Amino acid sequence: MANVRLDKVTKQFGAHTAVRDLSLDIADGEFFVLLGPTGAGKTTILRLIAGLDKPTAGRIVLGGEDMSDWTVAQRDVALVFQYYSLYPRYTVRQNLEFPLKSKVHSYSRAEIDERIERASKILRISHLLERKTDRLSGGEMQRVAIGRAIVREPRVFLMDEPLSNLDAKLREALRAELKDLQMKLGGTFLFVTHDQIEAMSMGDKVGVLNDGQIAQVGTPQEIYNRPRDTFVATFVGSPAMNLVPGDLAGGKVTAIDGKLVVPVNGHAGSAQAGGVTLGFRSEDIRVGPDEATEAVVHDVENHGVEQIVTLRIGGHLVKATVPANVPVTVESKVRFGVDAAKVHCFDAKTGVNLTAG
Amino acid sequence: MAVVSSPRKAVFNRLAIVGVLIATIVFLAPIYWIASTAFKPRELATTVPPTVFFTPEITPFIKLFVKRVQMTKPVDKATYDAAPWWEQRIYDGGERVLRTGGAVQLSAYPDRFMNSLIVAVISTILAVGFGTFTAYGFSRFKMAGEADLLFFILSTRMLPPIVVAIPMFLMYRAVGLNDTHVGLIILYVAFNLSFSVWLMKGFMDEIPKEYEEAALVDGYSRMQAFFKIVLPEAATGIAATAVFCFITAWNEYAFALMLTNRRAQTAPPFIPSQLGSGLPDWTTIAAGTVLFLLPVAIFTFVLRKHLLRGVTFGAIRK
Ligand SMILES: Nc1ncnc2c1ncn2[C@@H]1O[C@H](COP(=O)(O)OP(=O)(O)OP(=O)(O)O)[C@@H](O)[C@H]1O
Ligand SMILES: [Mg+2]
Repeated sequence: MANVRLDKVTKQFGAHTAVRDLSLDIADGEFFVLLGPTGAGKTTILRLIAGLDKPTAGRIVLGGEDMSDWTVAQRDVALVFQYYSLYPRYTVRQNLEFPLKSKVHSYSRAEIDERIERASKILRISHLLERKTDRLSGGEMQRVAIGRAIVREPRVFLMDEPLSNLDAKLREALRAELKDLQMKLGGTFLFVTHDQIEAMSMGDKVGVLNDGQIAQVGTPQEIYNRPRDTFVATFVGSPAMNLVPGDLAGGKVTAIDGKLVVPVNGHAGSAQAGGVTLGFRSEDIRVGPDEATEAVVHDVENHGVEQIVTLRIGGHLVKATVPANVPVTVESKVRFGVDAAKVHCFDAKTGVNLTAG
Repeated sequence: MAVVSSPRKAVFNRLAIVGVLIATIVFLAPIYWIASTAFKPRELATTVPPTVFFTPEITPFIKLFVKRVQMTKPVDKATYDAAPWWEQRIYDGGERVLRTGGAVQLSAYPDRFMNSLIVAVISTILAVGFGTFTAYGFSRFKMAGEADLLFFILSTRMLPPIVVAIPMFLMYRAVGLNDTHVGLIILYVAFNLSFSVWLMKGFMDEIPKEYEEAALVDGYSRMQAFFKIVLPEAATGIAATAVFCFITAWNEYAFALMLTNRRAQTAPPFIPSQLGSGLPDWTTIAAGTVLFLLPVAIFTFVLRKHLLRGVTFGAIRK
C-alpha cells in the first residue's frame, strides 16, 4: 500500500484542458473520494494515476516514487473502469484470476482459488463464477469488475463510479462492504463518484472536483459544514444550499429586499462591506409563527419523515426542511428565520466563502 | 422467424425464397458444369446439347496425375490384362502411362498444386500477420501523418496491377526472382497487404481499447495484452481477412503466368497450358479445375462461422 501524490498535474486533450494544475495528497490507507459533476475530469485523473494516459505537465508520485517513467504494469494499481471492461469470452472466474496470473505475481493455485472465493463472497457473485461474462446483467458485470480489483493487493485501488449501475439496496450494501474491506486490507482507495451521498458516507476525505480543478479537500463534515465556495456549497447537500444575493455592512447581511437580515460571524464580520451571496442550508431554516420573515409556500415535496418546502419571498425561492408532522399547504403564508450560526457569506464575485477560515 | 405475422409477409417470404433459389442456381451452374465434366467419358464432354445423364468415371482424375503418351498401335491383350485397373483406363483412351524403370511418372499437376498451396498459404499468413500488427498500430497509437499513411497504403491498390507487369518481369529477372516461390510470395503479400491492413483496422477499431487497458492495469505488458486479449477478439476479422487474401493469391493468374514457368509455377497458369498438347482433353482439365477449387471451398467452409460473424461484426457488437 502506498500514498498518492499529484503534483501540479495538467492534462490537455488538444485544446481542451481536462485537468488543470491539480495537486492532491492521499495518505496511505486512506479512503479518498473524488466527487465532481460529469466532465469534471474524474476519470482522467484515475487514468493518469494508472498510467494509461500521460500528464501534459506535472508529476504523479506513488509511495514516494515518481511514476513518470513507469509502465502501467509496474505501477501495480487496480482500476475499476467506469464502463465495465470485463474480458469477453472469459468466465467470471477466469476474469477474476486474470490479474492473479500475471507474471508480476506468483500465486499458487490454492492461493488464487482462495482469493477468488473471498472476493466473490463479498460481492455476492459466487453463484456466477462459471458464467460467461456476456450473460451477466449490468449490475453483475460491475460487481465482477470490482472483484477483479479486490482479488489483488495493489499499491492503490482506483474505482471509477463502481456502484453507479446497482440498485439502491445493493449499492448501500456494497458501500458498507467496500468500506469494510478497506478497513481490513488497510488499502489506499481513490473512489470516484458524482453521488454526494456516496462521497459523504464512504470518504475519510472528500475532494470536490470542478472543471479539472480541486475546489476543496476535507472530511465530509468539513465539506458539508464549511464549503469553501459556492460551487461546493451547492454541489454537496440535498437539497442544495440556498443562495441569495445580499449586502454586507456592519457585521450584518441584508438580503431579499431587506426582508432577511442575518448577523454574520467569523472572518466575514470583518470583511469589506459590499455585495455578497448569502448561503444557508434548508435544515437551518426554522418555520414558525414567531419568526422574522414572511413567505408564501410555493411547493411541498414529501420525503417521509420530513418535507422539503419551497418558500417564495418576493421573487426569491428558498428551500426549507420541515418535519413531516408540521402542516403546510401550498400558497399559504408562513414565517421563517435562519439559524445565524449556520449561515455562510460568499464573495459575490469570486464565490469564495468569507465565513469559513 | 418461425412465426409469420401477416399474409403479405408470408407471400413476400415465399418470393424471397424463390429469388434466393434462382440466384443460387445461376451461381452454381458453372460449378456444376465443370464438376460434371470432370466425371464424364471423354467423348461426352463436348456433345451438343450437353449430356446430362452419363455413368460417372474417374478416368479424368487418373489422367490428371500420370504422365502419358498417345499410342500408335493398340496395346496387346496380355499387357492390358496384366495392367492394374487404373492403367487399363488409360489404355482405353488409346494412351499409355510413361514409366521410368517400372515406376509410374507423375504428371506436373501435383507439383503445380503444391506450388499453389505453398505460395497461397505463406503469402496469406504473411499478409494477414503484417496486416494485423499494422492495423493494431494504426488503430491504437497516435502517429504523425496517420491519415496520409493509410491513404498511401490504400493507393497501392489504385493501379491495375497488370499495368506494372512488364517492369515487374524485368525487375524480377534482374534480381533472379523469376520462377521462384519467394518471388510470387513477395508479390502476393504486396497485393494483399493494403487490403489486409484496411480490413483489419476496421476490426481493430471495433475492439474496445478498455479491454487491453484493463489487462495493462492487471499487470500485463502491451504485447501480452495483445496476444491474450486483442488477438482472440480479432479472430473473426483475421479469419475473414485470411479467406479473402487466400482466394486472391490462390486464383491469381496473370502474374503467375508471366513470372513462373516451371519450378514455381502455380496451378492457374498450368491447367490451361495443358490445352496445347494435342486435342484438348476437357475432362482432364475439368478434373484439374475441380481439385483446384477444393482448398478454397474447404478453407471457406472451415471458417464459415467467423466469416458470417465478420460480415455482421459491427451489428453484433453494439
Ligand atoms: N480522450 C479524450 N479526448 C478528448 N477529450 C477528452 C478525452 N477524455 C476526456 N476528455 C474530456 O475531458 C473532460 C473530463 O473528462 P472525464 O472523462 O475525466 O470526466 P468525468 O469527470 O469522468 O465525467 P463523468 O462523470 O461523466 O464520467 C471532459 O470534458 C471530456 O470531454
Ligand atoms: Mg468518468
